[in-house]
Amino acid sequence: MNLTLKIWRQKNDKETGKLVTYPVKDISPDMSFLEMFDVLNEELITKGDEPIAFDHDCREGICGMCSMFINGRPHGPKRGVTTCQLHMRSFKNGDTIVVEPWRAAAFPVIKDLTVDRSAFDRIISKGGFISVNTGNAQDANNIPIPKPDADASFEAAACIGCGACVATCKNSSAMLFVSAKVSQLALLPQGRVEATTRVKNMVAQMDEEGFGNCTNTGACEIECPKGISLENIARMNREYFVANIKS
Amino acid sequence: MSNTSPNFIQSSLGKKLLMGLTGLFLISFLVVHATLNSFIFAMDGGELFNQGCLFMATNPIIRIIEIVLFIGIILHIVQALILTLKNQKARPVKYAVTDGKANSKWYSRSMGILGSLLLMFLVIHLSHFWVGTKAAQFGGTIQEHNTYLEIIEVFHNPFNVLIYLLGVISLGYHLAHGFQSSFQTLGLNHPKYTPLIKKAGLWFSILITIVFAAMPLAVFFGIVK
Repeated sequence: MNLTLKIWRQKNDKETGKLVTYPVKDISPDMSFLEMFDVLNEELITKGDEPIAFDHDCREGICGMCSMFINGRPHGPKRGVTTCQLHMRSFKNGDTIVVEPWRAAAFPVIKDLTVDRSAFDRIISKGGFISVNTGNAQDANNIPIPKPDADASFEAAACIGCGACVATCKNSSAMLFVSAKVSQLALLPQGRVEATTRVKNMVAQMDEEGFGNCTNTGACEIECPKGISLENIARMNREYFVANIKS
Repeated sequence: MSNTSPNFIQSSLGKKLLMGLTGLFLISFLVVHATLNSFIFAMDGGELFNQGCLFMATNPIIRIIEIVLFIGIILHIVQALILTLKNQKARPVKYAVTDGKANSKWYSRSMGILGSLLLMFLVIHLSHFWVGTKAAQFGGTIQEHNTYLEIIEVFHNPFNVLIYLLGVISLGYHLAHGFQSSFQTLGLNHPKYTPLIKKAGLWFSILITIVFAAMPLAVFFGIVK
């Protein structure tokens, strides 16, 4: 496949960047999107140019590192996949593909397509945990948990924190991420103990980081590679309102 | 885990709750307004309609609710402005390419524009009907005030009819997103009931649009005289 790539190049967080056009030739349709970038970077290095900086790690859709905004959508045109799981067969020969970094004030660009997502870590550090030592695994049915709750908690816990929800949201809202992290614990008895302070602190940090506000367009749910549901945002809202009534 | 949260109403979720609650309150007002409008189709030369208008203009409970209504509208607008400004600050550098239609409805992304159109329409609408009624109220001539005649006069002008149709269509799309969105904001999301709420919201928006559009059209085409 021969393609025209328009890729955001930016030296650092100080300078303004721009889209630069790169033609790529003889790309295999079985390559992943990131492997195509590897090929392009090899070429750039051979020519003595600066390779394109982009985030990647596990390359099997579980680490949440890769973060490319491809033709106006996070992780490209396919649903339920991360950029590393996107294959070139999803495009047509001769296509022009525009690749940009996640854009949000809370995710400043570090270089080219890499952004600083430590805002998410700071939100987690405000309450996305249980503050007791868990010790050894206890007997399986010591604490009975209804199956639907366990399932909903597990589904929320599938969030890999990639930031696609923020990237696609017209308001750069992080509410899908935060609500998944609130929900996975709020649904379980172990998490209920600190549920009130958790939701208040995590929402406060989310606001502090400068993420926008949810307007319920539902774009995040569609674009989330892990299919995190909008039900989590409603649950976070409920948790937050109840927490504020309680204390 | 110590509590570091600021006060509720300054938080993003607190503001959103206020948007949702005021939105639902304004929706309840629309039901009353649309019901009163439909009185013109009694085809009695506006007798029933004028009686309804007189009741609305003189009943003390309605007078108090009118003040609450204006507070509701102002809160809804002010919160919307604050939230919109914050949201714009949350993305200082825009994307070169976005594909919104791949993941959301255009009217759900355009609530600010639709709301602004509605505000402009509201100013025109109030100057047509509300100002006259208020003048009659304070001038002590409310018993003789004929809103029905005002309506006939305003809607004989095709330009006014066009403005009202545009206003009402903006309202329809604003509601199509706002109705179901307010339930989600209040935290009312349920696998069984959310699809029903969404459907009800859509039908409600269509019904409100039809009822409100019917009045100017009926007067303009001489169905109601």
